[in-house]
Amino acid sequence: MSQPFLEVKNLTVSFPTEDGLVRASNDISFTVARGETLAVVGESGSGKSVTSLAVMGLHDRRSAQISGQAILNLESGPIDTISASPDVVRKLRGKSMAMIFQDPMSALHPYYTIGDQISEAWRLYNDGDKKAGIKRATEMLDLVGIPGAAKRVLEYPHQFSGGMRQRVMIAMALVNNPSLLIADEPTTALDVTVQSQILELLKNMQKEFNMAVILITHDLGVVAEVADRVSVMYAGKIVEQAGIDDIYYQPDHPYTIGLLNSIPRVDQLEGRRLIAIPGQPPSLISLPAGCSFRSRCSFSSQVPNNLCATAVPDLDQKISGHFSRCHLTEDQLKKARVSTGAVL
Amino acid sequence: MLKYLIRRLAATALVITLVSMSVFVIFAYLPMDPARLTCGKACTPSIIEANRHRLGLDVPVQVQYGRFVKGLVAGRHYGEGVASFDCPAPAFGYSFNKHACVSTLIADAFPVTFSLAIGSFILWLLIGVSLGVVAAKRQGKWQDKASTAFVLVGISLPTFISGILILLLALKFNLIDPIEMGRWVSPFTDPIGWARNFIFPWITLALAFAATYTRFTRSNVLETSSEDYIRTARAKGLSEKVILRKHTLRAALAPIITIAGLDFAGLLGGAIITENIFNLPGLGRLSIRAVLVDYDLPVILTTTLLAAVFVVVMNLVVDILYAYIDPRVRVA
Amino acid sequence: MTEPILKLEGLKKYFESTSGGIFNKKKGIVKAVDGIDLEIMPGQTVGLVGESGCGKTTVGRTVLKLYEPTEGTITFNGQDITHLSAHEMKPIRAQMQMIFQDPYASLNPRHTVGTLIGATFEIQGITPEGGIKQEVERLMERVGLNPEHVNRYPHEFSGGQRQRIGVARAIALKPKLIVADEPVSALDVSIQAQVVNLLDDLQEEFDLSYLFVAHDLSVVQHISDRVVVMYLGKIMEDANKHDLFRAPRHPYTKALLSAVPVPDPKKSRAREKIILQGDLPSPMNPPAGCVFNTRCWKVQEQCRVEVPPLLQIGNVQMGNGHRLACHFPEPA
Repeated sequence: MSQPFLEVKNLTVSFPTEDGLVRASNDISFTVARGETLAVVGESGSGKSVTSLAVMGLHDRRSAQISGQAILNLESGPIDTISASPDVVRKLRGKSMAMIFQDPMSALHPYYTIGDQISEAWRLYNDGDKKAGIKRATEMLDLVGIPGAAKRVLEYPHQFSGGMRQRVMIAMALVNNPSLLIADEPTTALDVTVQSQILELLKNMQKEFNMAVILITHDLGVVAEVADRVSVMYAGKIVEQAGIDDIYYQPDHPYTIGLLNSIPRVDQLEGRRLIAIPGQPPSLISLPAGCSFRSRCSFSSQVPNNLCATAVPDLDQKISGHFSRCHLTEDQLKKARVSTGAVL
Repeated sequence: MLKYLIRRLAATALVITLVSMSVFVIFAYLPMDPARLTCGKACTPSIIEANRHRLGLDVPVQVQYGRFVKGLVAGRHYGEGVASFDCPAPAFGYSFNKHACVSTLIADAFPVTFSLAIGSFILWLLIGVSLGVVAAKRQGKWQDKASTAFVLVGISLPTFISGILILLLALKFNLIDPIEMGRWVSPFTDPIGWARNFIFPWITLALAFAATYTRFTRSNVLETSSEDYIRTARAKGLSEKVILRKHTLRAALAPIITIAGLDFAGLLGGAIITENIFNLPGLGRLSIRAVLVDYDLPVILTTTLLAAVFVVVMNLVVDILYAYIDPRVRVA
Repeated sequence: MTEPILKLEGLKKYFESTSGGIFNKKKGIVKAVDGIDLEIMPGQTVGLVGESGCGKTTVGRTVLKLYEPTEGTITFNGQDITHLSAHEMKPIRAQMQMIFQDPYASLNPRHTVGTLIGATFEIQGITPEGGIKQEVERLMERVGLNPEHVNRYPHEFSGGQRQRIGVARAIALKPKLIVADEPVSALDVSIQAQVVNLLDDLQEEFDLSYLFVAHDLSVVQHISDRVVVMYLGKIMEDANKHDLFRAPRHPYTKALLSAVPVPDPKKSRAREKIILQGDLPSPMNPPAGCVFNTRCWKVQEQCRVEVPPLLQIGNVQMGNGHRLACHFPEPA
């Protein structure tokens, strides 16, 4: 594959609070190429949203400490959105990189028409009057499958259903033909039949615009449907990163294994008891020494010398393209996969 | 939209009618007898009865109300014989204390109160909103702290103290002519004299209101800034200036319209303390005198009614404005 | 033959709504629940699924008499409770408990966990064996909370733990039926499984019946014996979960199931999805005929005019039949 469009290197975001430093995302590295979908999976507080907001330059610099790099390989040359000036990054937003959010109900301004809001995004980077903007907005609404676009472009957000609003958000994000789209839980607030419409739309749009897509979600079902590669995050770190099939059929981290075992599935009817992951994620303010997942991991006793409690495991490449942050050997992991059984 | 307007206007008219009726009934059953009050020291029951008849209070309250309404439309004749007076429509009543039609008294006092209200209204909105926005945008910085101090002073200082302080300072530095003070100058003939006449009362009133508005604006701007759609605006690549001007302020200021409208309506009914301190012959002074000094029933009744009407009408104006700003309130 | 613990016959719940904002106060009737027949046998879990606005939550709340039913009857444990007053419901509430979606909102933040769980006994005037304190600690232990934390406040617990508090409260009085409204949808994936397993265990231990209201079909499939699919206030299909998930007969059920993402990339790629067009129609103005006809890919003229009745199909067994409301069902 050619050079990836986005290269995130050692990105760390922390927030100083009265109780201490919250390490929301910690030493994150990944890449996404055009035409590729990377899913970032994790539970609340795992740092998946924080990371992408940092790439977009959307953190308030007064409250967030950010280090590392997020390099966009533009045609004009690479730009690091972490070290570039806020004004430079602002002019990349909406043009080279765009983002859609979880709650389409609140993500659109209630006082402006859909057309106004899309046209505003377009006119920021294109010469054209308001009329041209509305025309462009209508085309975009048409493209994302909103019936009666010419009429609806003049309507307000509250006149749209949740699914339609998410389509509007997508139309707005894509209006300047961005190379990277970050979708943060884009279907979480939607009903399941609408969710499949939106996922289908995202897939089509990705092809149409040849975009790099980062899909942030907690839903392993959604991931299976759209992702090419997956990063699994836990307590601010990437714990496993691999191609889609590897993650589901050869999970190489006890947390990933645990997640897959803990979810009920419509495709498995034989009343299997869910294997829950015991306990809860650690506080991001006082992360335990060693592996953050250790206290919930049922295999850590297999690692000699109490290594899990003392040393943070590296994100090692065990097989080509498959990274895992675990002290267990490949053999032990294989046994772990088999012993819990339910996956596959 | 038109249908809505018509319906709202009809509703407003109904409310005003009901308000006027209740005001009328309340005053009719007050434990004080205006006929007795107008009669002076050498009073006999027959004089009181004659006065009662002269004042038109010897008929049932619904008849009194009917006459009142008729007077509003057609003008009215008060008293009998030598002591008889005509008031043209709209006739609110006749003040035997002041020997004038109440409508004339109101017509004299209202421009004063309106001048006071409109000037201070503009002033406090300007100060309150801009301080609030600055405080929110510089949250935690010295600008924010300074505005908090202003808010504290403004809210804790009652008008009768701040007003007197301002008056004393103005007098000390010869900014007010104590003799000319409060004399009505029309803004149409002498706009500068008008403004000079009102500048200190404006400041007094604005000070009290601006503090509340600063606080309100600050919290609204902060709240709106954390809305998802502001994050969307940022993700689009809009500059902070445009985000503030176009996206944050519009949503943050909309609720201010509601309070501002009602505050303004309240002031139109008369700013009693400020008018008294600065000797302004407005509605506030008119009604407080009518209540405390003269027990001038027609005046009290009219000013009360007017104050209620202002509130009801402003309410309508606010609702229409709000619908104009917030499409969610409009029809789909 | 065992009697159902809960029996709903022709249950309807209509809401009057004023919508459209101040410019168009159009009154409408939302038929949130429009004629539901349903039985839950002792020890059985019935899952109620459907998209937002299908009325599933309203069914749960009406069963609990949080809403007054518009029409129909609710029979609980052989007793008609449809029109019981709040006072008459009190002894029944002990046998019929609820678990809410939002563990944050359903616990009073100013009370300790001990008080919150203990209050259940006090309200009913019941003193459990060994006293309330001991029973509260036993309950906490049973739902997987540390009994030493009895004096802590809700905010000191995580989301999953708070839901456990909710569960402890619900089972305190050893109820026969628990209505669980989206009990795990606010929880993180790894925590969800803990609570689902807990609910499973408690059912076995106490011989509970659940009415499990949820939008997540994977969870419903896992926990339920029978699944009822609702759409716009009506039951579309009702069958034991194996029948329903293996061979859905109603086109809506089929579409709904095909839309559920499967955490298995190969299956996901191989699967043929039915993507429904458009959105749910407004419940204020449901389509004539079959309510699903506007989105159904098998729609024919008959569907637009004639409401398909909910009929028993196949082998009818008490509480275990297969019911279906469709003119053109999928082949078995």
